[in-house]
Amino acid sequence: MEISTRDLVTVLHGMGFGALFMLAFSGAMAELYRMSASAAATRPSSREQTLLAVYLIGMVVLAWLTVFSGAYIVYPWYRAVPPAGVTDLSEYPRRLLLSSGRTSEWHNVGMEWKEHVSWLAPIAMTMVAYVALKYRRAITRPRRMRTAVLGFAAAAFVATGIAGAFGAFLNKYAPVRGGSVIVLMESEK
Amino acid sequence: MSTTQPRGGTGRDTDSLPNGPAAAAILAAGIGCGAVGILAFAGDASDSVGRLLNIYNPTGTLSGVTTLAIIIWLVAWFALNRLWRTRNLDTGGIYVAAFALLAVGFLLTFPPFMDLLQGK
Repeated sequence: MEISTRDLVTVLHGMGFGALFMLAFSGAMAELYRMSASAAATRPSSREQTLLAVYLIGMVVLAWLTVFSGAYIVYPWYRAVPPAGVTDLSEYPRRLLLSSGRTSEWHNVGMEWKEHVSWLAPIAMTMVAYVALKYRRAITRPRRMRTAVLGFAAAAFVATGIAGAFGAFLNKYAPVRGGSVIVLMESEK
Repeated sequence: MSTTQPRGGTGRDTDSLPNGPAAAAILAAGIGCGAVGILAFAGDASDSVGRLLNIYNPTGTLSGVTTLAIIIWLVAWFALNRLWRTRNLDTGGIYVAAFALLAVGFLLTFPPFMDLLQGK
């Protein structure tokens, strides 16, 4: 069982950072909603507030790690230009997709949207974390603040979903390959 | 997060905070998201703008689009926060503007919409 360094970094970008960030959304949305529900009769304890702070800051860090690792590590591999005369495009995903009319729109629509829209998520989530941690329960006052914060959190989820879904499809049609090989396990046969 | 405590429990009092800092953060996030869309569109529509935005060649135009958008977002946040940090604002219009800019961010990064605007 082996994996290339590029595969490993791509998995870390998509599953380690991106998917973990997406998984964290349900917890964040539920807690933000519960915390800001005007009918709530209780106020979070300092321990709960600390946990929420760690959770939201963790989400912000994951969001930024996802977009920076994608844009500055994985994307340059994706858009690498093959040397003249190379006919095997398997290590040049962008060129591989563009080489056929049946796959070119995965790049022209999928990658072009993914590479930009994903950046809305960390911007929105940083704001959500800042406002939630600064105002805590007071984000119900006035109600518009809660609506805005939850709206931007939902937008960050949608942006991440778009980027993640296209990332998964792109990895099916033109995976980022190459780099040195890491042997994880070897059969004795 | 299983334990809660009654009203008036621990923690600083956030009820008396003005809404200005929140409004600044929310509008700045909208400006940042809108900037991503506008810069992505500009880089796509104009080759010369695209070349200007190419500040790190392995990543191409995306490097300039996102770096500039982050700078615009942070500068807007800093400036709006300085302006509004002690104020209580009527935030209705501010939040509508923030969501409109967020929508700009989504639409102008969507390639078929970019193409539509460019008449392609």
